[in-house]
Amino acid sequence: MNDHLSQLEPIDVTLQVNGTPVDVSVPAHRTLLDALRDDAGFKGSKKCCADGECGACSVFLDGTLVNSCLVLAVETEGSDVTTIEGLSVDGLSDLQQEFLKAGAVQCGVCIPGQVVAAEDLLRTNPHATATEIRDAMSGNLCRCAGYERIVAAIQAAAETRVTIS
Amino acid sequence: MSGHGKPDDQITLGSAVGESVLRYGGADRVSGAQQYLSDLEFPDTAHVAFTTIESGCAQINSIDTSAAEQLPGIVAIVSADDLPNAKRFGISHQDRPLLATDTVNFHGEPVVAVVAESTEIARLAADLIEVDFTPLPGVYDLDSALADDARLVQEPDVRPGDPLNHSNVLETAEYAWGDVAADEPSAHVIVEDTYNFPMVNHFTIEPGGVIARPYEETGVEVHSPIQHPFLLQRILASIHDLPLNKVRVVAPDPGGGFGGKQTPRYEPLMAHLAMRTQRTCRLVLSLEENFQLMRRSGCRIHARTGFAADGSIVFHQMDVDFHIGAYADVAPRIMAKGSYVGAGPYRIPSVTVDARAVLTNTTPSCAFRGFGAPQVGWATESQIDAGARALGMDGLEIRRKNLVDAGEAFIRGDHEATADGHWHESLEKAAELLEWDTPKPPNRGRGIAVGIKPGATSGLSQSLVRLLYDGSAIVYAGTSDMGQGARTLWKQILSDELGVALEQITIISGDTESVPFDLQTSASRSTVFMGGAVLMACEDIRRRVLELYAEVTDVDPDTLDHRPGTIMTPAGTVPLVEAAQTALGKLRGEFVGQGTNRLRGKSGHPLGGDAAFYEFNATAIEVEVDPDTGEVLLVRHATVGDVGKELNPIQVRSQDEGAAIMGLGHSLMEQVMLDDNGCIRNLGALDYRIPTYNDVAVDMLSASIENEDGPGPYGCKGISEGALLCTAGAVGAAVADAIGVPIRDLPLTAERIWKAMQARDSATADN
Repeated sequence: MNDHLSQLEPIDVTLQVNGTPVDVSVPAHRTLLDALRDDAGFKGSKKCCADGECGACSVFLDGTLVNSCLVLAVETEGSDVTTIEGLSVDGLSDLQQEFLKAGAVQCGVCIPGQVVAAEDLLRTNPHATATEIRDAMSGNLCRCAGYERIVAAIQAAAETRVTIS
Repeated sequence: MSGHGKPDDQITLGSAVGESVLRYGGADRVSGAQQYLSDLEFPDTAHVAFTTIESGCAQINSIDTSAAEQLPGIVAIVSADDLPNAKRFGISHQDRPLLATDTVNFHGEPVVAVVAESTEIARLAADLIEVDFTPLPGVYDLDSALADDARLVQEPDVRPGDPLNHSNVLETAEYAWGDVAADEPSAHVIVEDTYNFPMVNHFTIEPGGVIARPYEETGVEVHSPIQHPFLLQRILASIHDLPLNKVRVVAPDPGGGFGGKQTPRYEPLMAHLAMRTQRTCRLVLSLEENFQLMRRSGCRIHARTGFAADGSIVFHQMDVDFHIGAYADVAPRIMAKGSYVGAGPYRIPSVTVDARAVLTNTTPSCAFRGFGAPQVGWATESQIDAGARALGMDGLEIRRKNLVDAGEAFIRGDHEATADGHWHESLEKAAELLEWDTPKPPNRGRGIAVGIKPGATSGLSQSLVRLLYDGSAIVYAGTSDMGQGARTLWKQILSDELGVALEQITIISGDTESVPFDLQTSASRSTVFMGGAVLMACEDIRRRVLELYAEVTDVDPDTLDHRPGTIMTPAGTVPLVEAAQTALGKLRGEFVGQGTNRLRGKSGHPLGGDAAFYEFNATAIEVEVDPDTGEVLLVRHATVGDVGKELNPIQVRSQDEGAAIMGLGHSLMEQVMLDDNGCIRNLGALDYRIPTYNDVAVDMLSASIENEDGPGPYGCKGISEGALLCTAGAVGAAVADAIGVPIRDLPLTAERIWKAMQARDSATADN
């Protein structure tokens, strides 16, 4: 019995979420996703498969795109996490607006993860072709299957960014 | 084929319908602010987890909860023994218990519910509970369920008085017209085969859940991402003996529905737990648990079809067995409705369709986009192509020959159904988009198929519209917005009908406490039914404005008239909002309009009534098959729907593309697989593949035929399922064209295709 309960012993973790320090107290097995949603109140990252297949929980961890369901919260001590909430501080980002204009959003549960993954793609490959977009985004599932619309949204945002820069 | 949506302030007043207005609620969906069920928080919440066993069919001998009870923070542990008076529930049959009672009837059926102070304690306790069980000889496929000595999935007393209750056949449906025996001699070619359609999971990205709370002293409030809040309210009231006003159902937007969130499953139990513990009880499902909550019924179809030498279909016979699972849910209706259109939209003199809904010890199947039509259509479309091959015709030519014209009957007999659209236009458009007649490179194949599904056969949608003094407005409409974008359409309709700017409209939905009755969000009905109710409520407001305006301005009301957005007076037209302000005067206030859109059924009709409309689709696909591996590359995928009118073109595109891509799932990769004990082998995302970005055709094209010939507002029809109805038929025909032999079992995995090619080559070698 004590073995079971000892799993639940909380461990204090301090991390930065969207630029703000956040203190959480979590059992060792709690994922970053659950800590973000249930302990820190950032519910924009969504939970679907919980095994790294669907991408709905995508966040930036120290600038790297990760599935937050595959990262333990205790591993993120001192880390800098950016969630979907951190991408629309002063209103919707260009990418988010393009998602809407392209008709890419249906039920919407996968969309925060799609937006985060697309942001990562645009930062690492600003001139991505449609094929490269499909490859880069293929870790994000959308059961409403707005795939073609999302590709169009990413292309539109990419064009604008390249023009501006 | 793309098209960009427009923000509200870029739409001219009075012309919102027909524009690609941006999705209502879209900003919250892209920013992560949208609150789905699992995002809701309530004070003092207790958490629920289930104990299940690793068997699809077992006798429960005993349950040991002693270890779990020792954990701190346990609120309640409940099994069927604690619910001696609990009623079974269901839509067509009241056959489902709150918790597994004496036996477990499918893998994942909850045996014990734990309520605890944290999710972790609840989960830990559920795992510590020991269920002693004896595996029983369950029936996990059609053959074992239909065997003479098959174990009954449901004890006869679950369905007292039912003549079929000593078998695993839950219900049957028979449709027939003409005389097959008389017509058979005129057939030049007869093709006969058996087809299989797999069990597939909805795989909603929101797996689902329920939050239940005490309400108004003796009542209960249930939050569920349910497509039919009012149906859930009725079931909860009935099972817990409560009046409707003591049951509040709050339905946050479903994170994907596709039919999977129509009917109550764990809500009655959760309501019980909340009332029993007087706590807010929260259950959030995992994707694995979602697999054990919903699926599409598998199907086996034996078909025999006769063709004249010119390709005309002479007769078509089908025996259809739906593999429905352990409880009825709405599967008997799916069996009846899917097989009603089993012979397709064709001109066939003689038809017999004999269908059965067969119980098995598997996840209870439920509604899923297409509602039985994709399963039966897979066989019929494949048979048409088999006939074409035998006669040396192509898939387009034989469909041109047999597809009915507008107004012509495709279901004959006592309850005839006629084509409510110019369906040949869709067929031709799909062929044109695919460039059907152009030369094909090696290893390529093309297929074209058509699909049809009856819309709702009865319905009731009620709506309230409040036009406020300052010219803003609120719509109350119970349709669940699960991604189809219903609320966007209500806004567009109201904007045009009352002359209110889009950004000044709010939509309220999903709460039985504040929103009037809506029967269902299903069968692609909402634009027609609720759209009509919103339109009626707007007209009601215009009449009220006219009356009061006449009184206040002291003119004869008979000299006034109203049009969308306008009151017509002898002195000229007055914008409706302006007339409303004049009429309301110094007291201000508001106008309230009501719309009720009712379609009564028809007694004696096999479906309970004529369909309000038919969804018709033509899909054409070109594939390239790798001759070494059997892998399929989709080169082009064209889908064309007969939609009446596109009220919001970009939403139509996204629904059609989404349905078309979803259809690729059951056509090419998806299937729920069971082991010998009836346990699901590919439970969850690691082992169950759905289409990704890389599975979409290189060219994905969608188009609509608009003849404004539907029964809905502005001549629209329902649209959200069409593009999935015949995806399998088109893919199947394309693969057969590429490899030279047909495959009759879905999904068309690389392995199946490779084997078919091997068999083809060895058959050639033998000759």
